[in-house]
Amino acid sequence: MKLKAEVRQGFHVNSNAPNDEFLIPLKLTWPMGPVEAEQVNYPKPQFEHYAFSANPVSVFSGNFEIVTRFKAAVGAMPGPAGITGKLRFQACNEKECLPPRTIDVRVTLDVQ
Amino acid sequence: MRKLVPAALAAAVVAGLIAISGCDSTTVRAAVKSDKERKAAPDFALKDADGKTVHLADYKGKVVLLDFWATWCAPCKIEIPWFMEFEQKYKDKGFAVVGVSMDEDGWTVVKPYLQQLKINYRVVLGNDKVGDQYGGVDSLPTTFLIDRQGRIAATHVGLSGGKDDFQNDILHLLGTSHTSVGTPRSGVLAFFTRPE
Repeated sequence: MKLKAEVRQGFHVNSNAPNDEFLIPLKLTWPMGPVEAEQVNYPKPQFEHYAFSANPVSVFSGNFEIVTRFKAAVGAMPGPAGITGKLRFQACNEKECLPPRTIDVRVTLDVQ
Repeated sequence: MRKLVPAALAAAVVAGLIAISGCDSTTVRAAVKSDKERKAAPDFALKDADGKTVHLADYKGKVVLLDFWATWCAPCKIEIPWFMEFEQKYKDKGFAVVGVSMDEDGWTVVKPYLQQLKINYRVVLGNDKVGDQYGGVDSLPTTFLIDRQGRIAATHVGLSGGKDDFQNDILHLLGTSHTSVGTPRSGVLAFFTRPE
C-alpha cells in the first residue's frame, strides 16, 4: 500500500531518521490485527540547508510516498479487513515550526 | 497462506498533508506598541525544572521576555543563545527571560536540552491552556515582550528580524516604563540603558 503525501510548498517534515536527537521523526505505525504491517519503507530523504541549522537537515518535502507491505495474520478470516494506522509528523519552514501532529490512515484490504 | 488484495487501489492520498493550520510562511515582528495599545499579559501558574510554581505576576515591575518554544523547534534554537545573553546583560536592570516549553513529552526531553544548551534562565512547562490564553500559539517560536506593568508590548512570531530587533525592543522597554510615567528620572534611566 502506497501512502502518498504532499507537503505544502515552503514547508518540510523531518524524515523518518532526522540527524538530531531532539527532532521528531516522521513515522507510520500500524496496529496488530487480522492484517499486519510486515514492513514500512520510507523514501530516501533530502538533506537541506536551512538558516536555522549549521548542518543539513534530513527532510521530506514536496511529494513523497511511504510503502507498507502487509500480510494476513495466521488464522485471519477471508473478506475485507480494515486497519487504521497512525502517521506522526512535524513540519517547519525556514523560520517557524508547527506542532507535531498524528493523523489516522485507514486502509481496507481483502483477505483471500 | 492468505492472500491480501487492496480493496481500494494502491494509494491512500493524503493531500495537503502539511496544510495543518493554514499557517503562512511569514513571520511577524511587531514594533513595540504604544501604551494605549498594550493589553494585560495573562497570568499563569506553571512548573519550572525544580518543580516550583511560577506565576507571571511574580515578575511584576520587570520587563519579561516570554518565549514559547520546544526542543523539536530548530529555529527556536537560534534565538535561545540571544535570550541567554539578554538575561545575563540585563537581569540587573529589571529584566527576565522566561521560556515556556511546549514539549508534550515534558521534562524527560526538556531537562537534557536545558543542560546541553546551558540555559541560564527560567524555563517552565507550558500547555494548551496557556497557549490559548496567549491568543493561540500556533507556531514556534512565538515570543512576547511584557512591560513592567505586565502588559504585552511586542510580539515576535517565527525566527523574525534578528537579535538586534529584540535587543532594541528590550532597551526601549527598560527605559519606557519610566518614560511613560513622565518623571525627569526616566530620561536619565533611558540614557544609561542604551547599548554602548
